[in-house]
Amino acid sequence: MPAGTLYRGREGMWSWVAHRVTGVLIFFFLFVHVLDTALVRVSPEAYDEVVATYKTWPVAFLEYGLVAAILFHALNGLRIIAVDFWAKGPRLQKQMLWTVVGIWIVLMVGALYPVLGHAVREMFGS
Amino acid sequence: MSSETSSAAAIGDVEGVSLYDVDHPAPVIEPPRKRTSKTSKASRGNFEMYAWLFMRLSGVVLVVLVIGHLLIQLVLDGGVSKIGFAFVAGRWASPFWQAWDLIMLWLAMLHGGNGLRTVINDYAERDNTRFWLKMLLYTATVFTVLLGTLVIFTFDPNIR
Repeated sequence: MPAGTLYRGREGMWSWVAHRVTGVLIFFFLFVHVLDTALVRVSPEAYDEVVATYKTWPVAFLEYGLVAAILFHALNGLRIIAVDFWAKGPRLQKQMLWTVVGIWIVLMVGALYPVLGHAVREMFGS
Repeated sequence: MSSETSSAAAIGDVEGVSLYDVDHPAPVIEPPRKRTSKTSKASRGNFEMYAWLFMRLSGVVLVVLVIGHLLIQLVLDGGVSKIGFAFVAGRWASPFWQAWDLIMLWLAMLHGGNGLRTVINDYAERDNTRFWLKMLLYTATVFTVLLGTLVIFTFDPNIR
């Protein structure tokens, strides 16, 4: 079998894949999120009851994932704009991707406590 | 340009002697996407270009609106634990936050709707499948945008 004939892509392809996947995930969440917010038109109790599920620890981890998806999609989206409109963009696309990943990691570390802090306290019961 | 004197000059050793000269010009190849009178109506406009541009313009605005939204809802003031009917009522008492959420809703739904339209066009190969998936997408998008808009405009803090 000939080696290396399958195109596995490089930074450009994988960032494109990640942009798609995160975009689709965010869209589905947005749909659900508008529906749950619409409950404020039903009654305060109905809304608070549904929002209570957002405060449980398993959903907190999903929220962390949502934040991860949104931050990547946002930062990589800015990179795509730079590639399209900035003369040096296409040449620097790889460096910009690693910059995006770097900023993303910093922001995700920063989001750990605000998003997951209450979940950890709940898991260990304090 | 000396293309009329001899076309062989531009041709390397591998290609050999040119078949074409002044008296036997090479056939003209139309650009594959040139728009002619036979072009179908659907592809005559510039819709795809405007959709492409919209993704970039709305994207920049959404970065600000959505990250601000995440900060307010998930980070500041105790994060998600403070959210409830009273919190929503407090924020939507201000036209500023109503406008913020309304613009965010419209831009995000249209941005996401157009993104999913691209995804459907890419992966649904059968005409029928593609058509119905897009109809489902457009229905869900219009429904969600209208529902969200209605909720923001008719919100009543004294509902109970």
